[in-house]
Amino acid sequence: MEVFVFSLFNGVLYGMLLFLLASGLTLIFSMMGVLNFAHASFFMLGAYFAYQVSHHMGFWPALIIAPILVGVVGALVERYALRPVHRFGHVAELLFTFGLAFVIEEIVQMVWGKVPVSYDVPPSLNVTAFAWQGLDYSAYRIFMLLISVAIFVALFFGLTRTRIGLIIRAALTHPHMVASLGHDVPKVFMWTFGVGCALAGVAGVISGNVLGTEPGMAIQLGPIVFVVIVVGGLGSLGGALIASLLIGILNNLAISYDFSFYPIFAALGIERDVDGVLADLVNLTTAGIAPLVPYLLLVLMLIFRPRGLLGTRDV
Amino acid sequence: MTMANPTKPTMANLTKPGVAAGIVAILIVLPQLTDSGFAITVMSQIGVATIFALAFNMLLGQGGMLSFGHAVYFGLAGYVTAHVMNGMASEDLPYIPVTLIPIVGGFAGLFFGILIGFVSTRRAGTAFAMISLGFAELVTALTLIIVFFFNGEEGVQTDRWIREEMFDITYGPDIQVYYLIAVWCVIAAIAMYALTRTPFGRISNAVRDNPERVQFIGYNTHRVRWLAFSLSSFFAGIAGALHAVNVEHVGFETVGLGQSGVILIMVYIGGTGNFAGPILGAILVTLLNSYLSDLTPAWYLYLGLIFVLMVMFAPGGLAGLIMMHDPIRRARPRLLLTMLPAYAIASAVSLVALAGAIGLIEMIYFLSTTTTRDSAMILYGIALDAADFRPWLICIALTAVGVFGCVRAYPRMAEVYNSALHEARRQVAS
Repeated sequence: MEVFVFSLFNGVLYGMLLFLLASGLTLIFSMMGVLNFAHASFFMLGAYFAYQVSHHMGFWPALIIAPILVGVVGALVERYALRPVHRFGHVAELLFTFGLAFVIEEIVQMVWGKVPVSYDVPPSLNVTAFAWQGLDYSAYRIFMLLISVAIFVALFFGLTRTRIGLIIRAALTHPHMVASLGHDVPKVFMWTFGVGCALAGVAGVISGNVLGTEPGMAIQLGPIVFVVIVVGGLGSLGGALIASLLIGILNNLAISYDFSFYPIFAALGIERDVDGVLADLVNLTTAGIAPLVPYLLLVLMLIFRPRGLLGTRDV
Repeated sequence: MTMANPTKPTMANLTKPGVAAGIVAILIVLPQLTDSGFAITVMSQIGVATIFALAFNMLLGQGGMLSFGHAVYFGLAGYVTAHVMNGMASEDLPYIPVTLIPIVGGFAGLFFGILIGFVSTRRAGTAFAMISLGFAELVTALTLIIVFFFNGEEGVQTDRWIREEMFDITYGPDIQVYYLIAVWCVIAAIAMYALTRTPFGRISNAVRDNPERVQFIGYNTHRVRWLAFSLSSFFAGIAGALHAVNVEHVGFETVGLGQSGVILIMVYIGGTGNFAGPILGAILVTLLNSYLSDLTPAWYLYLGLIFVLMVMFAPGGLAGLIMMHDPIRRARPRLLLTMLPAYAIASAVSLVALAGAIGLIEMIYFLSTTTTRDSAMILYGIALDAADFRPWLICIALTAVGVFGCVRAYPRMAEVYNSALHEARRQVAS
């Protein structure tokens, strides 16, 4: 029971982190049609900026400064590099962000080196929040969860209850009409891109010290975030939330329970001492296939429901 | 997909008998001019990369499908080839000459292309790109799970020297492998070029440019994309098999995102709108990769920056830049001469900017990667102290002057080009 509760908790936490990335990505995608391949790179930049800032000023200023820096970098990239590419079409924009991800990874290696940097959990939060049935739960994880839930709530109210949110949602579907009403749509795009990147940056700041801050972190997380927005339905924030939580929880349950698939094969009359491909299948465990789960989900979703969970249009 | 210049897949120069014979002659003679083993290895790599790049461009350039996971078919075919060769060596499988083994790889690529392509080619554009990425990650994750086939992180070893084949070929020496790759490269290039001239090749272009209209004239766009994808996987499989024969090892990195990314960058830098573009990209990037990666740790950064600049300013790639001048050359070659001064100025200021920027990047890299306290380094053959402010000042000044010059020189160059083009068109019209 306690294993279930803890892995559920960790799954929700991982899912909320995925959502911090996926929300920005899906907002940018539905507004501009740009799939930002470099989105996870901004997540990585968030972690590295936080490492650098916290090195000089401590964790709390870094929590504010690093995401703002990431957001500014994102807005500048949109304004001065992505916008000129727009006239060549969506595939060219996708190619540009792919190249950008490549360049950001190399720059990170250039500045901070190829090995992980020692970005640590702040000592004030590096304590046990509660212990239950002999298992400790870190206060920092609870802090991460609180931050991501707070941002989710702020994002939700910002988009549905404020005037800016109204303009953003209108620009998603009717950019020309919004422009005719006198709003500067390119500027809205730029700020949305910047804020989306800043959200990814927040995720980087709060998780870089738990997951490890190293140059490979973007390429590890990036494809999973793509899976999230496709499974949730492109352009749907609610879908992205459900898909994030689904993938986060499935992943954690698969790892912490570590069921073997052997009983299924035993029921089919297949014993452990087989050769060839069956030997690999018989020895599979859920922890072993955990890295596959998001991609299997993606393939199944594309076959049976190409529009995603809550999407309104096909992928 | 809207590429900036959907030039028709001309290879006019490459199909002229004289030029074709010249290329074949170069392929035969080139390895005889060197006795460096490294040079021959690089040439073999170029051959493999050329086939793979042309196959990739069947998707990207001709079919309008941007894939982030095409190495899956390259790598899987490599694995199948390695297993088949090992099976032949242990006489579990009937013997096929190694000369013909790329056909096995091709069919392996085709098989996986048909299988995975059915799902992934349902959509085009951004969705296709995402799905290709998903499959790439899926297969990469599988390499560590299905040990029977992939053998985990170790990969599959193989030996290409199985027995003596016709004309005493054993594929022991690298030069024999080079000729094997060269022959297959020519065959595959001719086959892929021929495909662009068939009705299928044309309808594939049409699906790229206007899928809705293609549906109205009665074609199933999914089926056209699926066919293009499968054929492209077939040729990628040939390349994968040759890769397995060449390096005698297939590891999980051959199916991974890195391999897919490099081929995408190669093809795009060469130019997607022209049949010869990917060949150009494969030669150039492989050469630079082989020789520059020893000189500088920042090589991948330069490659990425070149790619990003290409996407922003020259979406037709190198081939597109060259072909831009074709109408002028045809109308009045002497016009090209009048353009030279503007081009020379632009090149000169670009070189200044490059020299400064490369200096800065190299110094930053040096300072961040060096483990000793010693900050003495050698840049452009000059010994200097990276902790001193003067080299930084010089490099920053060079970059600033160069960039400022570029901002002035490039519009001027475009102006000269446009007026020459205008002049050439007027001459053709009159």
